[in-house]
Amino acid sequence: MRIGVSIIVLGLGLSAATGWTQQRHPEVTVQDPFIELHTGPGRGYPIFYVAERGETVTVLRRRTDWFQIEIPRGERGWVHLEQMARTLDPDGEAFEVPGFSLEDYTDRRWEVGMQYGDFGGANVISAFGGYGVTENLQLELWVGQALGRFSNSNMLNVNISHLMFPDKRVTPIFTLGAGTINTSPKATLVATNDRQDAMALAGLGVRTYLTRRFVFRTEYKAYVVFTSRDDNEEVREWKAGFSFFF
Amino acid sequence: MESRFLVLFLMAITALGLGACSRQRAVAADESGQPPVIEPEVHRREIEQARIDTEDFEVGVYAGQLSVEDFGVNSVVGAHFTYHVTEGFFVDVSGGRSDTERTSFERLSGAAQLLTDSEREYSYYNLSLGYNILPGESFIGRNRALNTALYVIGGVGKTDFAGDDRFTLNVGIGFRLMPLDWLAVHADLRDYIYDIDLLGQEKTSHNLEARIGVSFFF
Repeated sequence: MRIGVSIIVLGLGLSAATGWTQQRHPEVTVQDPFIELHTGPGRGYPIFYVAERGETVTVLRRRTDWFQIEIPRGERGWVHLEQMARTLDPDGEAFEVPGFSLEDYTDRRWEVGMQYGDFGGANVISAFGGYGVTENLQLELWVGQALGRFSNSNMLNVNISHLMFPDKRVTPIFTLGAGTINTSPKATLVATNDRQDAMALAGLGVRTYLTRRFVFRTEYKAYVVFTSRDDNEEVREWKAGFSFFF
Repeated sequence: MESRFLVLFLMAITALGLGACSRQRAVAADESGQPPVIEPEVHRREIEQARIDTEDFEVGVYAGQLSVEDFGVNSVVGAHFTYHVTEGFFVDVSGGRSDTERTSFERLSGAAQLLTDSEREYSYYNLSLGYNILPGESFIGRNRALNTALYVIGGVGKTDFAGDDRFTLNVGIGFRLMPLDWLAVHADLRDYIYDIDLLGQEKTSHNLEARIGVSFFF
């Protein structure tokens, strides 16, 4: 915990430092009759100024779909991505704004997500990171924590997922994986030992591209836990959650 | 007569074939072509996207008071990491810790101890989804307007308390004030909800947290 806090404090220091360093910012020329400067990065913030056609403005920073610009008279405001896309860079070419579209989603390599669901009657919280090895195959590392009435489990799995239609908005996913599960019974029960077992899984899911970097993913997984007892344990899991691609 | 037609036909086909070949050759010659007489000197000054500082991430720390049901009101500290997906939605990972005090029963009875010292430590993590319901501006004096947002947030997580990990729901409301473009001050109210069977029968416990924090966009 203490290490975690110190890392975060260090991170704060670094991010603050980047906030103070002076950078050379890109400049673009307004091509529309005018572009609207909002007071904040959101559609509800009022328009307080406009930059006219032919004016050169400096792009300071971007937050979600909004760009903070500075006009030659010194005013600073936020411009929406749609209007930024109609400005010109110094060569007279259209300013290329990386939005996040279905095409970007198709080209994605990295995916990070969180899910919540039911793991054999227990609440399960999972997080994963995935890397697209090919267009269809994704290698994923999952960590999960199942919190039940009688026991809690921590899981670590490596999965390989097959995306059937990686370029479509909705695609089925098939998953195979293996990992370990560490189960500890609740403290209020009769003291039993923690146990660690190997596990394997097969899964079926649906992944839907929502908007920008947002992906909705729902999955059903069947686990086999290789216990040290005579019988292996079978657990069914349902979960759903959001992920983001980069 | 027939043979003459045949000859003409063959000649026509040969001529067509030769024509096609020579056209292909002509195209090939153009492509491999001589260097242009004038080499245009074009200096492209393209804007590298990386130079636009994208600030969709936010990291921050907070401190406040956490009311743990039956175990008093105690100070809490924590940290959070937020990713702003759109101007409305954001996802948040947060974690905090607190030390709880003795219950009234433990105090009155004197000797009886429900929990050991390590079990009295309270820590949690949460994965939540938030939405800025009321973005706006606040005015300080005549000349300054600061961007603000009132947001609602909710999610799932884990609380480690009284010797067990407990599945925890959280709901809350918060206010973000931005004195600088990259600096935010937060005031948050959260309710952490979990089932606990420590005092005999299982019950749902609500644990309210009030906190203020500071965060940086990067």
